[in-house]
Amino acid sequence: MNALIDTRRTGAQILWDALRREGVEVVFGYPGGAIMPAYDALLDSPIRHVLVRHEQGAAHMADGYARASGKVGVAVATSGPGATNLVTGIATAMLDSVPMVCITGQVPSHVIGSDAFQETDITGVTLPITKHNYLVTKVDQIAPTIREAFYVARSGRPGPVLVDITKDAQQATTVVQWSERPVCLPGYRPEHRARATDLSRAAAMIDGARRPVILAGHGIVKAEADALLGEFVERTGIPVASTLLGLGGFPASHPLALGMMGMHGEAWVNRAIQEADLLVALGMRFDDRVTGNPATFAVGAKKIHCELDPAEINKNVRVDLPLVGDVKETLRGLLPLVARGERAPWLERIAELKGDSAVRDIQQMPHHGRLFAAHVMHDLWRITEGKAVVVTDVGQHQMWEAQYYKHDHPRKLLTSGGLGTMGFALPAAIGARFADPGAEIWVIAGDGGFQMTACELSTIAQEGIKLNIAIINNGYLGMVRQWQEFFYDGRYSATPLKSPDFVKLAEAHGLTGMRVTTREEVEPVVAAARSAPGTVLIDFRVEQEDSVYPMVPAGADLHDMIRRPSPIVETAHD
Amino acid sequence: MSESRLRTFIAHVEDLPGVLNRVTSLFRRRGYNIESLAVGRTHEPGVSRMTLVIEADDDGARRIEANLYKLVNVLRVDDTTARATVARELALIKVRADAVTRPSVMQICEVFRARVIDVAPAAMICEITGVATKIDGFVDVLAPYGVIEVVRTGAVAMMRSAESSERDTAAPEDRPGARDAA
Repeated sequence: MNALIDTRRTGAQILWDALRREGVEVVFGYPGGAIMPAYDALLDSPIRHVLVRHEQGAAHMADGYARASGKVGVAVATSGPGATNLVTGIATAMLDSVPMVCITGQVPSHVIGSDAFQETDITGVTLPITKHNYLVTKVDQIAPTIREAFYVARSGRPGPVLVDITKDAQQATTVVQWSERPVCLPGYRPEHRARATDLSRAAAMIDGARRPVILAGHGIVKAEADALLGEFVERTGIPVASTLLGLGGFPASHPLALGMMGMHGEAWVNRAIQEADLLVALGMRFDDRVTGNPATFAVGAKKIHCELDPAEINKNVRVDLPLVGDVKETLRGLLPLVARGERAPWLERIAELKGDSAVRDIQQMPHHGRLFAAHVMHDLWRITEGKAVVVTDVGQHQMWEAQYYKHDHPRKLLTSGGLGTMGFALPAAIGARFADPGAEIWVIAGDGGFQMTACELSTIAQEGIKLNIAIINNGYLGMVRQWQEFFYDGRYSATPLKSPDFVKLAEAHGLTGMRVTTREEVEPVVAAARSAPGTVLIDFRVEQEDSVYPMVPAGADLHDMIRRPSPIVETAHD
Repeated sequence: MSESRLRTFIAHVEDLPGVLNRVTSLFRRRGYNIESLAVGRTHEPGVSRMTLVIEADDDGARRIEANLYKLVNVLRVDDTTARATVARELALIKVRADAVTRPSVMQICEVFRARVIDVAPAAMICEITGVATKIDGFVDVLAPYGVIEVVRTGAVAMMRSAESSERDTAAPEDRPGARDAA
């Protein structure tokens, strides 16, 4: 053999080499015909592969891995159905700006367009739900494309990137030239920086405000700006409202932390926003779940919008001063310009707005032997000392978690905010486990969403990993049932839900299952789950027709909230 | 909120497969209706130029620009609406014209600076370039004779003077997409 032939590598080998060079240690995937060359070469790569049970799980695992670590998550699938099964997971990552690279196999290049077996135009399918995507048909394109894909996924406003590689490109060989130069894409300018004059204007607006509120979003977590936000709040004395994905970006235990805003935000948080004279929005995008009716949203407030993506400016809410740039850099620029502030009258007013909320809080209500989901969340927070990584699914339990599990640190709450993807929690938690092998991780899911991806229990068993799973089982698709109760005259269309015996389901997978039906059982069972070496699933049989309060109906004014009837036990249904 | 009106954007994009799809998909997804779209190569290898006419208000126009910049293959975008620009469209119009009506149709062509490029016993094809309203007017005047077919290219646009949309000359405050460190 001459030296030249020895240095030739197949596209499949180059793919794994390229992933290694991007720092990839683990990928989540499922093999199939068009990706078989890559799977063959995988055996000779140090990269760990986690075999999922459905490709949607692979995408959510890559997503959970990325959210927990801040690194790029990787999912692998074959062509056709393998690739289309990724779609929900890709859309989830797109709406929450999660850096992710999906590798899909594609039919050989000479049959593309012929409706070949397992052929899907996956770059066409994923065009609107990826930050960018690529179809690779030549072996020489694999190395530079993977490099570019990771750069695009992690830079600027992060997002999912899909790389579709034909089977023949994986099989062909080449002598690869690894580039050490930074990626240069002539049309891609992801970095922006707020101008000094705008920062000065912002500082003057902040110093002059008497009733300011900070709106902290996912951008604080992504930009790792939590420490700077803390400094900024200490200096200016401005209270902080968080979006769902912003929770943990500012410590919930801080005296100036108001809590979550929006549809299921606490009443005083939404009222404070409506009474504010200045909103400082940091890394958030005025989602409709946050603003309620945009026409009546904080009409008396000037708005400063610190946001990395220029396309978000004036999209949902008109702002007075956009500061386009990385929120960390913006805060760093603002800090020396703003004056020390105390806002005693404003904080007193907010305390007044809180009023009887604490008394109406379900935590103050007697449970009379019933098990309320909100009590489970509160107890989980107390028992785990608020330190666990909590991965929630979508629905009522997700909102109760956001209200009652107080996060003091970023990347400790992983949830599908933008897309609201049921089935997210279990696979995302598996991904988070690989990002942080030592963390205490709790999956919190409803009985509905859990069943959408419950097949991944097998993945947990095969990989031998430890998770704690709390199923908040109320026998309904609870959030839809709640809307039906409030807005559809209590006509429960397709929301009553029969589930398998979750304890037996866990046991069938070789995992441990437990059941909790009263509040007294919560603490000992949670303690047993935490100390067990393997994965434990707890079936919490909670009140069936409890609702999440307060609630701003979709499209209503932010101050127009449905409050929890008081006292709760008289109104809860049996 | 300013009023919605037709705006002309010039986008320079990488000449790669699928880029046209990425651009049009963006407008479809964000709910903007494309009035016209003309695409062609430029004198620079690997660079295509699109002229897009879209109805939008001021905020909408800014977001169109910012969203276009988010596409990795888009090199440069200019909203020419408020700037000195020439825009032209080409149209071919097949109109009924026999020996009796032919001279009067030709007379109309002369007034509109249109050219007759084909004559058949019962019809003729006229070629006209100009702004969209001029072409509309021409078609209106020909209508009584019987317009058989119309094909229009959509507008192409270029900024006046030595200014080039291929160099970064726009004021940054007009261009949220261009507020980078430079």
